[in-house]
Amino acid sequence: MPEYKRPKSLMPMATGYCPGCMHALATRLVADVIDELNQKDNAINVVSVGCSALNLYSWAGDVIGSAHGRAPAVATGIKRSMPDRLVFTYQGDGDLAAIGLAEIMSAANRGENFTVVFANNQTYGMTGGQMAPTTLIGQRTTTTRFGRDAATTGYPLQMCELISVLKAPVFVARYALNSPKGVMDAKKGIKKAFQMQLEGKGFTFVELLTNCPTNWGMSPLDTLEYMNTNTIPYFKPGIYKDEEADA
Amino acid sequence: MEKRFMKGCEAIAEAAVRGGCRFFAGYPITPQNEIPEYLSWRLPEVGGAFVQGESEVASINMVYGAAATGTRAMTSSSGPGISLKAEGISYLASAQLPAVIVNISRGGPGLGSIQPAQSDYLQATKALGHGGFRTMVFAPATLQEAVDLTYNAWEYAERDRNPVLILMDGCLGAIMEEVVLPEPKELNYQNTEDWDLSKRNGRTDSHMITPILPEAALEMLNKFKGMSYKMWEMTDVKVEEYMVEDAEYVVVAYGIAARVAKEAINTLREEGHKVGMVRPITLYPFPKASLDNLDYTRVKGIIDIELTIPAQMRDDIELQVKGRCPVHEYGRSGGMLLDDEGVYNAIAEIVKGGE
Repeated sequence: MPEYKRPKSLMPMATGYCPGCMHALATRLVADVIDELNQKDNAINVVSVGCSALNLYSWAGDVIGSAHGRAPAVATGIKRSMPDRLVFTYQGDGDLAAIGLAEIMSAANRGENFTVVFANNQTYGMTGGQMAPTTLIGQRTTTTRFGRDAATTGYPLQMCELISVLKAPVFVARYALNSPKGVMDAKKGIKKAFQMQLEGKGFTFVELLTNCPTNWGMSPLDTLEYMNTNTIPYFKPGIYKDEEADA
Repeated sequence: MEKRFMKGCEAIAEAAVRGGCRFFAGYPITPQNEIPEYLSWRLPEVGGAFVQGESEVASINMVYGAAATGTRAMTSSSGPGISLKAEGISYLASAQLPAVIVNISRGGPGLGSIQPAQSDYLQATKALGHGGFRTMVFAPATLQEAVDLTYNAWEYAERDRNPVLILMDGCLGAIMEEVVLPEPKELNYQNTEDWDLSKRNGRTDSHMITPILPEAALEMLNKFKGMSYKMWEMTDVKVEEYMVEDAEYVVVAYGIAARVAKEAINTLREEGHKVGMVRPITLYPFPKASLDNLDYTRVKGIIDIELTIPAQMRDDIELQVKGRCPVHEYGRSGGMLLDDEGVYNAIAEIVKGGE
């Protein structure tokens, strides 16, 4: 039996996330992979704004906070200056798919050799549950009290689908963290993305479907089923682009 | 040392490389395009990186990332683009990251015009971003001064762990002059290794760079920054005082306006009028003493000449003059230029009217 220990890449402290929040799980997966690849001292974690910013305090290696949506630009500056370091951003959906849309698409299109870990919980968690660019049609938020209406707010942005049509990215995949299999697959995907970066292959993007029990107004257990019936049918898990497999 | 005949923007770019700049990100905007164009080929020659960002917002954040690794990083733009960079400059200030920002200024407000103007004094010296921080602001009047200030800008930025702004109007950006280029600096990264993310020089400890702090720590940071600004006033003021010893009228002007004003002052001196000039080279810290210590039993008037309307430096001048003599202003704006005749007439009218 393998021992289940705290990853070396995380500080010995609570993450600060709400009970049942999958940000903690996603962070843990990233930390585990970095430990397994023996990259704790080589990695640079580029944290964004929102709940994901809590990782600033729990990360044990090099870490930098960045402005809302700008993590891919910050990571560009870091990676171009330090090409041998393992550089990744950890961003939420409001950060990445709304205010940071220009930065993520442009970094992906330039084929920057870093990894984006994208936690998509379809809401702005830190600010209290407003509509995100990824909020599902009909989903109730504090700025869509009667449910998101496509007639006035458009449709939830599917980032893997968008990024995978670009020529430069080498690995684009989406995983759902509401099942043991999803968690195991996500870990494999994160590992593959980091390995491809270490081999200098180019831009890698891993989307993790997560929950927000607090702002969805559900118990953590109920969010698991909600994701099965609502989130996953729209945000389909899978590998959208893999230059290694295609080669 | 090497003498070259160079355009203003290109002289700044070459001086930056020789001063140790190894990262540049920028977005096209007139009248500063020669800076990114020059660095796009020059930086790779010295092992540096050039990125044409998707926006000014992205570019300043790329600089933020590069600066976090201890790499000497720079961006350049003009008024409208500097406004977009305000977010990133604020983050540089709060995360205590050194960087050099160049504003080759043009007519404002808004999109304004692409012609030269000194329209960004207030933005540069009062609020280059949100949150109430300051940066040193260098305002060269010759290309040699631009070269020297740019070459040494990172020494200040790294000492203070704070961005530095070089403010130069589009006129100086476009003219050509002879410049002496200093020898390229040897980089050892010792100024930044204590806090940067690089793990250079054999260091193994990990660092956190953060633009957000707990309340008490943020208050400490702001107190520290306040002390920095006080120190700048004591040690870093740069100013040229031109024939002020016996002057009855003192022109205050910087950059291109000071060059035009100097011509007018020389003519007025030949005619027997006692006119001098205080030329701030650092707009922040402002050369307060040069104005506060004037002998106001002799000085009859101060004339603020700027390539902008209304004059923006006037408040800083009046704070030092303290009502001891009248303060006048003259300027052109919107991309209309100061000329010898206009500046001479403006000064002469005041001087001759008071005699």
